Amino acid sequence: MAKAFDFPGGIHPPARKTRSTRHPIATAALPKRVVLPLGQHIGQPAEPCVAVGDRVATGTLIARAQGLISADVHASISGEIIAIESRRVPHPGGLSETCIVIEGDGIRDDWERLPALDWRHTDDATLHARLTASGVVGLGGAGFPTQVKARVRERHAIDTLVINAAECEPYISADDMTLREHAADVLEGARLMAHLSGAERIIIGIEDDKPDAAAALKAAIKAGNRDSLEITLKAFPARYPSGGEKQLIKRLLNREVPSRGLPADVGVLCHNPGTLRAALQAVRDGRPMVSRIVTLTGEALARPGNVEARLGTPMTELLDAAGLDEASLARLVMGGPMMGMELAHLDLPLVKSSNCLIAASTIELPAPPVEQPCIRCGACEEACPASLLPQQLYWFAKSQEHDKAELFNLFDCIECGACSFVCPSHIPLVDYYRAAKSDIRARAFEAQKAEHAKHRFEFRQARLAREAAEKDARRQARTQASRRPKAESAKAASKEPPTTSQTSSAASSPSANDADLKSLRIAHAAAKAAVRKAEKVLTRVSQSGGGQGQAQNADEIQDLEVQLATARENLAAIEARMAAAKEAAAEATSDSSMDTDRERAE
Amino acid sequence: MSLMHQSQVSPQPADTGRVMSWLLLATLPGITVLTWHFGLGVLTNVLLAAGLGMGLEALVLRLRRRRVRPVVADNSALVSGVLLGASLPPGTSLWLILVGMVAAIVVAKQLYGGLGQNPFNPAMVGYALLLISFPAAMTQWSAPHGIVGPDGLSFGDLLVRIIGFNSELDGSLGPDAWSGATPLDAFKHKPEAMLASEFWATTPLPEGTQTAWRNVALAWLAGGTLLLYKRLIGWQIPVSMLAAMGLLATLLYAADPSHHGSPAFHWLNGAAVFGAFFIATDPVSAATSRKGKLYYGAGIGLLVVLIRDVGAYPDAVAFAVLLMNFAVPFIDYYTQPRTQGHARPNRGIKVVQLDDEEAS
Repeated sequence: MAKAFDFPGGIHPPARKTRSTRHPIATAALPKRVVLPLGQHIGQPAEPCVAVGDRVATGTLIARAQGLISADVHASISGEIIAIESRRVPHPGGLSETCIVIEGDGIRDDWERLPALDWRHTDDATLHARLTASGVVGLGGAGFPTQVKARVRERHAIDTLVINAAECEPYISADDMTLREHAADVLEGARLMAHLSGAERIIIGIEDDKPDAAAALKAAIKAGNRDSLEITLKAFPARYPSGGEKQLIKRLLNREVPSRGLPADVGVLCHNPGTLRAALQAVRDGRPMVSRIVTLTGEALARPGNVEARLGTPMTELLDAAGLDEASLARLVMGGPMMGMELAHLDLPLVKSSNCLIAASTIELPAPPVEQPCIRCGACEEACPASLLPQQLYWFAKSQEHDKAELFNLFDCIECGACSFVCPSHIPLVDYYRAAKSDIRARAFEAQKAEHAKHRFEFRQARLAREAAEKDARRQARTQASRRPKAESAKAASKEPPTTSQTSSAASSPSANDADLKSLRIAHAAAKAAVRKAEKVLTRVSQSGGGQGQAQNADEIQDLEVQLATARENLAAIEARMAAAKEAAAEATSDSSMDTDRERAE
Repeated sequence: MSLMHQSQVSPQPADTGRVMSWLLLATLPGITVLTWHFGLGVLTNVLLAAGLGMGLEALVLRLRRRRVRPVVADNSALVSGVLLGASLPPGTSLWLILVGMVAAIVVAKQLYGGLGQNPFNPAMVGYALLLISFPAAMTQWSAPHGIVGPDGLSFGDLLVRIIGFNSELDGSLGPDAWSGATPLDAFKHKPEAMLASEFWATTPLPEGTQTAWRNVALAWLAGGTLLLYKRLIGWQIPVSMLAAMGLLATLLYAADPSHHGSPAFHWLNGAAVFGAFFIATDPVSAATSRKGKLYYGAGIGLLVVLIRDVGAYPDAVAFAVLLMNFAVPFIDYYTQPRTQGHARPNRGIKVVQLDDEEAS
């Protein structure tokens, strides 16, 4: 492959994948009890739509997606809902979350399927609805709801669908095995997603240490070559993190995803093979997402391999079935050793994003060595796939110089862990970056909240000012109306009512009145411009609407609406004052002419 | 949070302590050749400085109430000691070494917060302090008499010198007979009217001096090559420093060969090669990015030749390195690499980035 088609940096950790690829994918035993967390995806947790005591079949909808970024949850076994309560879930901090617990008998497996669809002859809306109703999320680890990604066409023009089969992290072989055994399904799923996104071609990116999967893909491409889509398979030498979305796109297409942008910004949509298969099963077979393929590996397992297991299955059951030797288990890792999380308990449920469970012995993943001072040797800089300066970011993160960290592009860090891997001082660099990022986000959120409160206050002030101005104008109009008949009756009206001293002073000096009117006109023009600007910003933001920050976006739109309303209030207040001033000016001229008349008469 | 670590899965030295050990190993050829030509005084320098370095580091750590053992085990104080010891004139007095090591370890390193926090190269801080405070003692290089040659110092003399306060010799051996100028020193003090060719024809230096210095430079080069081969240092600093030296020296030499040294003269004399591979490459006090390292090395190279030719000192590696240490934060801000996904690299130290809409 051409040199230009590559990302900088990268590392070569030992792959350790062969242990789990010796046997075909097995089917895990049907669990007697499953625990299904409501937030197995990125975004808002789903809302339960069943009650304790309800009987459910495999595939019954048990929790509905909430908001824009969310996914449905389905029962993964047949049985009875025995609890909806807070349980421990796989989380680096060992947090708990609301889960739905289903108990079955471990034998009965009744399915509730959706009607099967032929996607080639179904309209897009139905397909979108089907993906939404089947709870499919990205199976590569992040768990982004697939139906949201499928709607990418609404905002971006997509030309290429990339199948991310790089699977660059050590140990994990779930995608490899999926491709070996279900290459045709994966390709068909890719055609479906390409159809929905409008992509004209499919590129499969795979590391060259998976020759079997590559061969299966080649055969499947040849066999299914009856459509207009151009499907290419690109194998490249293994180097971590080539499976990072941005790195893979750079390597396959030489396109760089802009900072803080999405692959869709450069016309690319990335999907994991397992996700594509799940999407196809949801459409073709009407099968909601109730199981996934997970790699069970590590030296503490006697029979490592890949199994297709029901979601919510306790990890202990899966590991015991694979021959777990608890004595030699040093740490249990979900995901890969580079980006995965260490789990503190064995009794956690399998979730949609669990692609791999590593039951590691002390020898293979020993405890981290003692952290030593950074000597700025630059090993991390050479390993960084995003061309950052990790050593500088470390200093800034450690000393909480967040402005400098942002200046050095902290938020372009993909947290791949390559820097921590090579650091001769054993500094857990990524931990520092994560802490700094969440700190910056928290502060930005606080600042935003304060800003929004300020805007709301300003709106209130503007509204009160507008009301006062209007009231003033009305009162002035009334006084003038009452004065006019008096003047017309031409009684020597020398005494002015004290309440209208302002009007009288304005009336007594027409030049001051003019200056007042002029400044009001300027203020009027400025207020009009402010309204126009607020309208422009609001339309821009509401149209651009980023894919992931929906909730944040809604917040921002609301705030912008407040700002627009404030600008409108200001404009209305100035208009009222201007009208009053004009009225007063007209009055003053007529008054003064009357005065001269009177003088003349005298 | 990677749970794997290179040092646990690969044979590459990927651990600060081991990196420093390899660095020490790489100094061996240079120290051996220095000893071979200039006598055991080199070894006493190195051993005393290294020992004092470790001792002072442990002492300060104890005063700072830090854990002593793991920090001393990173070997960084040892390296600073060895590097300072190797730059001192052979047989330097113990007291001078102590002053130098206090400046290096206590002031330049530990008072700034220990390993990784020092903005200046500790060994060079010690060296510069000694050179400014004790110019006579620091410019008295022995002539290349060999380890125990007939004209060399006897062991007893060496001991007297080391324990004596200011490295003065007693009357039994005249300083002129024992010590000699370095080629850089001699050339610096060449009479203005004399051309370079005439000057060298007068054999101003004891026999073998030029050869000795050339051999020393080549030995340091060998050690440096080992460092490069083991990827313990990047090529950027040594290459850019030596290239910049060569470039400026060539220009000056081409303009006036009778009063300026040739590039080879600059490379092979003094601490040029030693500095390029062992001093300037200290990662803590050097520039950060790969591009920044090129500028940093080039700056050192230019300063070395400028100070040697126009300045008051015959050699200038210590001053050049320290001056460029000052420039490091500046270089760092202007040499950031282009991050993936950005159209161009960030430059400078502006911190507030205005949006287009906000700016208009």
